[in-house]
Amino acid sequence: MNAVGIIFSSINEKSVHELTKQRTMASVPFGCRYRLIDFALSNMVNSGINHVGIVTHYNYQSLMDHIGSGKDWDLARRHGGIKILPPYITAFANASNFLYSTRLEALISIREFISDCKEDIVVLSDCDTVCNLDLSAMIERHIETGAEITLGVKSSYVSTDNTRAVTVVKSDENGKVLDVSDYSGLKSGFEDVYVRLLVVGRKYLEELISDAIAHGYTSFTKDILVRNCKYHDMRAFMLDGYFATIRSLNDYYRCSMDLLDPEIRRSLFGVRNRPVFTKVRNSAPASYDNGAIVRNSLIADGCVIQGTVENSILFRGVKVGKNTHIKNSIIMQDTLTGENVYLNCVITDKNVVIRDGRVLSGHETRPFFIDKGSYV
Amino acid sequence: MITKKETVAMLLAGGQGSRLYLLTERIAKPAVPFGGKYRIIDFPLSNCINSGIDTVGVLTQYQPLALNEYIGNGQPWDLDRTYGGVRTLPPYQAQKRADWYKGTANAIYQNMQFIDKFDPDYVVILSGDHIYKMDYAEMIENHKRNGADCTIAVFDVPLSEASRFGIMITDDDMRITEFMEKPKEPKSTKASMGVYVFNKDKLFSYLEADEADENSEKDFGKNIIPAMLKAGEKLYAFEFSGYWKDVGTIDSLWEANMDLLGDRPALPLKDREWRILSRNDALPPHYTGNSAVINNSVITEGCEIYGTVINSVLSAGVVVERGAVVRDSVILGNVTVRTDATVDYSIVDADTVVGKSATVGKELIESKGITLVGGGLTIPDGVSVPDGVICDKAMLDKLSKGVM
Repeated sequence: MNAVGIIFSSINEKSVHELTKQRTMASVPFGCRYRLIDFALSNMVNSGINHVGIVTHYNYQSLMDHIGSGKDWDLARRHGGIKILPPYITAFANASNFLYSTRLEALISIREFISDCKEDIVVLSDCDTVCNLDLSAMIERHIETGAEITLGVKSSYVSTDNTRAVTVVKSDENGKVLDVSDYSGLKSGFEDVYVRLLVVGRKYLEELISDAIAHGYTSFTKDILVRNCKYHDMRAFMLDGYFATIRSLNDYYRCSMDLLDPEIRRSLFGVRNRPVFTKVRNSAPASYDNGAIVRNSLIADGCVIQGTVENSILFRGVKVGKNTHIKNSIIMQDTLTGENVYLNCVITDKNVVIRDGRVLSGHETRPFFIDKGSYV
Repeated sequence: MITKKETVAMLLAGGQGSRLYLLTERIAKPAVPFGGKYRIIDFPLSNCINSGIDTVGVLTQYQPLALNEYIGNGQPWDLDRTYGGVRTLPPYQAQKRADWYKGTANAIYQNMQFIDKFDPDYVVILSGDHIYKMDYAEMIENHKRNGADCTIAVFDVPLSEASRFGIMITDDDMRITEFMEKPKEPKSTKASMGVYVFNKDKLFSYLEADEADENSEKDFGKNIIPAMLKAGEKLYAFEFSGYWKDVGTIDSLWEANMDLLGDRPALPLKDREWRILSRNDALPPHYTGNSAVINNSVITEGCEIYGTVINSVLSAGVVVERGAVVRDSVILGNVTVRTDATVDYSIVDADTVVGKSATVGKELIESKGITLVGGGLTIPDGVSVPDGVICDKAMLDKLSKGVM
């Protein structure tokens, strides 16, 4: 595939501040053994893209640790492969002025990476999404229609009490974009929502960046797509299959729990020839002791279960003590729970220790979050 | 240019493992799956890297395809090195001869050039047939301290079983005075584990002498070790006391899998100090459904469990449907056990489907023996595979027609 991928690893971190306090959005753990970036990366790799730049901002240590040389995604290449693109700050610039905060500013700071690429096409993607997409179909459509920009669009329900920024795309029956705008918030219903995934010609992207610098634009969506949509030949590409965007802890909780639905699991992990790749950790298989009771749960390798687990997601190396009852919860890597513990609607970050006899409960609409490495 | 390596390990992985029957029909014994997500060869390979040995030659001969593919560039074991790393060494055609490996000693003899490239002081000889976690560095230390020419790892076995092994008789300093290959009346219980440390130069001179001897079987246990003892070389035994199991038979393979179960498993794999590494597909976590009952079992990625699993080890991608029961069994990759089927005291090879309400084997207490079901078979709905049999395609055809 004659395309290079660019992934923004830190976009919208503030919206899930609990999980991104010590890591990038890209390295937020998800679904027992994955990190969010695994989905964006696997989509690219499975579509034949083998050159990917990951734009980082700060706190990207956990991300670098996860990516390593890129070999788990088969991206440890002499040509192409994976490149982590840290913020570009010269010795002479004032760092606080220079650290980008939007996608467009990030693209400006990696201009050189983009112009050094050999590929004709660039795929831009966020990594706060959980999906398994065939990007090659989208790229083929982009080439076929001769569009300047092709936007990934998903029909989603938006409601008037939705406070977050949603970009709505209006297009004709051929997919030609007629209008791009922020959701007005006037009427609830299904709209074609831009999912912040786009395909663009590399030369054209370079022009857009130069133009943005000349005009002092700062936002790719607002300044280029919304304001100037009539001047670009843009197409909408409708995505199908499961698609979730994580913009709050509630989203994270809901989307994690979605994995307990076999249909959703199949559309994410059961797609032929499109596996979701992740870093291999070599944990031993999970063991269930006598007296373990597990219902409707996803369990990663390395877990040891002696108690009861219901409607929950257990990451690698979690220990569930005797007489302990975990319900409707998300328990991240290497969390230890003692005996006679009761957890309901709890999200524990990595390496949490819950001592014997503790009772903790949140609610589906407000899961109780426990910080990385805490003792309870 | 190649930098010197103090130790090179040579892993004998050509064994056919004929007593594993259907399991080794298409793959070599070291490639036989074990413990949910491993293959037998993961143990010696992981032991090497954990012991600081980063140069390993794997000698393959019988059905090498799956093994070669599995080892690949050695990346899962951190053995993808610019200098050293893991190499598979099949028999090859040389200018004056073209030979299969005629015995364990001959296999090493044919690859002396490979060893010499790294200019090692010590050569460790390993076999790909055993499940154990062992620090070879400790054994090499011991070898150096004794000023030995050869050190052989030994494992204390019950006297009743000693006649199945190569037995070492030592003096008080653990120097070997006598070696008996599978003796009828064993004089000691120190059994050879098939793990040897040699001084390279000594090894090479005995290999050359052995190669010249036309009557030799070209075997370490039968020829090299006795010859060294006869010549008065310094051979020492190194006692190993951890878990060690030869998984050469269906029964011992089943037992070794069962050793992973329980509160305190005989073979613990969860310790992070001595991790066993393996090559795995990217599979999602396993799912346990609402109707599932799982007790005292080991389950790995990609499984979907809706039925009952008791005292069993399940490999990746196994599906146990609602109402199905799997008891005291080892189920290999991607097997599907359909609704209301029962699998008891069995080993079921990969990609087999056990049809609805079919039964495989009998409950452990009343069973005649382990049932082994071959890979890629489809057991039709309602068909019973009896206990203690080896069920291949031909047998299954008879069973489905009701001939048996």
